[in-house]
Amino acid sequence: MTALLRTEAVSKSFGGVQALSGATIEVEEGSIAGLIGPNGSGKTTLFNVITGYETVDEGEVYLGDRRITNAAPDKVFSAGIGRTFQLTRVFSRLTVMENMIVAAQHAERGQGRLRNPLARAGGPATRRRALELLEFTGIVNHAGALAETLSYGQRKLLELSYVLMAEPAIVLLDEPAGGVNLTLIETIADRIRQLNQQGTTFLIVEHNMDFVMGLCDRVTVLDYGTAVVSGPPDVVRTDPRVLDAYLGTAEDDDDIAVG
Amino acid sequence: MSQGTVNAGPAQADGTVPQPAGRGRRATAIRLGLLAVLLIIAAIFPLVVTNALYTQFAVNTVIYVGAVAAWNLFSGYSGYIALGNAVFFGTGAYTVGLLTKQWKLPGGDIFALLPLGGLVAALVAVPLGLIALRVRRHTFVVITIAFFFIFQLMAFNLSFTGGNQGVSSPFFLWSASDYNNPFYYVGLIIAVGTITLSWLIRNSRFGLQLLAIRDDEDRARGLGVRTMKIKLIAFVISGGITGMIGGLWWFFIGQALPETAFNPLFDLTVALMAFLGGFGTLAGPVLGALILEPLQQWIGITFTNGYTSDIVLGVLFLAVILFLPRGIVPTGGEFVTKWRAIRERRREPAPGGSAPGGSAPPGSPAVSRAGAATPGAGTPSTGAPSTGGVR
Repeated sequence: MTALLRTEAVSKSFGGVQALSGATIEVEEGSIAGLIGPNGSGKTTLFNVITGYETVDEGEVYLGDRRITNAAPDKVFSAGIGRTFQLTRVFSRLTVMENMIVAAQHAERGQGRLRNPLARAGGPATRRRALELLEFTGIVNHAGALAETLSYGQRKLLELSYVLMAEPAIVLLDEPAGGVNLTLIETIADRIRQLNQQGTTFLIVEHNMDFVMGLCDRVTVLDYGTAVVSGPPDVVRTDPRVLDAYLGTAEDDDDIAVG
Repeated sequence: MSQGTVNAGPAQADGTVPQPAGRGRRATAIRLGLLAVLLIIAAIFPLVVTNALYTQFAVNTVIYVGAVAAWNLFSGYSGYIALGNAVFFGTGAYTVGLLTKQWKLPGGDIFALLPLGGLVAALVAVPLGLIALRVRRHTFVVITIAFFFIFQLMAFNLSFTGGNQGVSSPFFLWSASDYNNPFYYVGLIIAVGTITLSWLIRNSRFGLQLLAIRDDEDRARGLGVRTMKIKLIAFVISGGITGMIGGLWWFFIGQALPETAFNPLFDLTVALMAFLGGFGTLAGPVLGALILEPLQQWIGITFTNGYTSDIVLGVLFLAVILFLPRGIVPTGGEFVTKWRAIRERRREPAPGGSAPGGSAPPGSPAVSRAGAATPGAGTPSTGAPSTGGVR
């Protein structure tokens, strides 16, 4: 097992707030990794740093052997890292199919369609692939609808679908189950498992513990911008440091009692 | 999924939903027919209407139709509102004017200079775009206005621009009775060409990337779109076409002054025309120009008392903002969709095989698979062709 995605002692501060301080995480190829931690522990910042939306102050990011520290978002995407956002971000005034085609730069290049800039967007192969993915995520009936007409859960599915258009090696999901109904959570978990069996690696930020513990092979806990624990779900669940991170230490409680 | 041809959209992909496709074809036919009629009217206009005052209106109108289409090609598609296109308009005007003077060109040959005026304007657009496109929204608007003032100042003060005397064109060779016609046809060709280019871009990958930038630039970037490159190309194309139109305008008016070639009213008018018709749509800005420019000209000669025309225009703009905030084309489209829905509901008293709207909100795959298996229930909610529609 080798690490497909690796951050080495990544630090990032916003003004006086230290969002990440020496965060080191590893995601093994072919695994489903979880990233948990209290609010403000730096999970989304770590995603932003990996995918090029923020630059690091210190540290390095590697995809396999390739150094991708501070690479621009489009380069990171072409390198094989896809991501979704905590609050869904779809192109609301484009149709679902058009959303899929926007993400298909990679596939279109394969078809040699990029040489003619005025060629109609989305070749037959691209559209077929898009419909397959939409079928897979269960929103194919909405392919012709404007993305703004989708429900919140459907937008989450669309985000997952278009990220998959480029066949990324690893997909970073930011709270895929957040604000989604229970049936849909099951669907999403099921789809992630299926994709994983086909070889896609996942790194998932999620507050829903049942979702994370049931899905992930390995869970890393962030606290104050540092990875404090990493291991299989069973081990992490019972680690005292995790309880500290979420509930505060016994000393803190004493302070409160005294104050 | 085992269908052979998928490029026709999701209706076919789901099975048998012939109705929307049929309606789509009819709508396309109506659109094409309308377009043909419009083109014929435009082509024969100066042959039928020979009054020089009206043909002059017509020249101004085709100039603005082209300018608005060029503006919309960048600003409408990308969402970056540029209020400095007069920079390119004036650059084109001065380029053509100064070269005409330099080379002492006679009459009709001057038309051959228009592409050169466009080229110079496009070259100017490259550095301006590289600077302005680094910022977004309000900051971008302010920077484009700043560019405009810089260029107007340069037109006043540089040694080769003729200062506040500007650049005049030579006297012409063709007869006064159909004097306006060559300008009209050249303007019409540029306008139709720009609209065609906009249509091609709207359906292309390049255009889709521009629209994605409009909706969420950072997300587009995260999906591999080279946003800066895409924005800059559109900005330069838009600037180049505006420059050509500026050159034509100079030739038509006969004189470029710093305050008329680099005119803040040009920027505002172009933007307002686009907003009136429907910002970002293909037909909207053209419609806006077709309504507003003749109206502006007519008001100009009807209310000769100085500011009255400005006041009338101002009131009109307020009315547009109050009643048509999104523009004529999007609001009209919504109206048509609603009207169709009402008519369809009346036509189908007993929903036999096809349950409109489906039974349950799709989302779980079980539901959507059921939807795909039932003919009729799998109709996409819009009923429109999947991509490339004129919205």
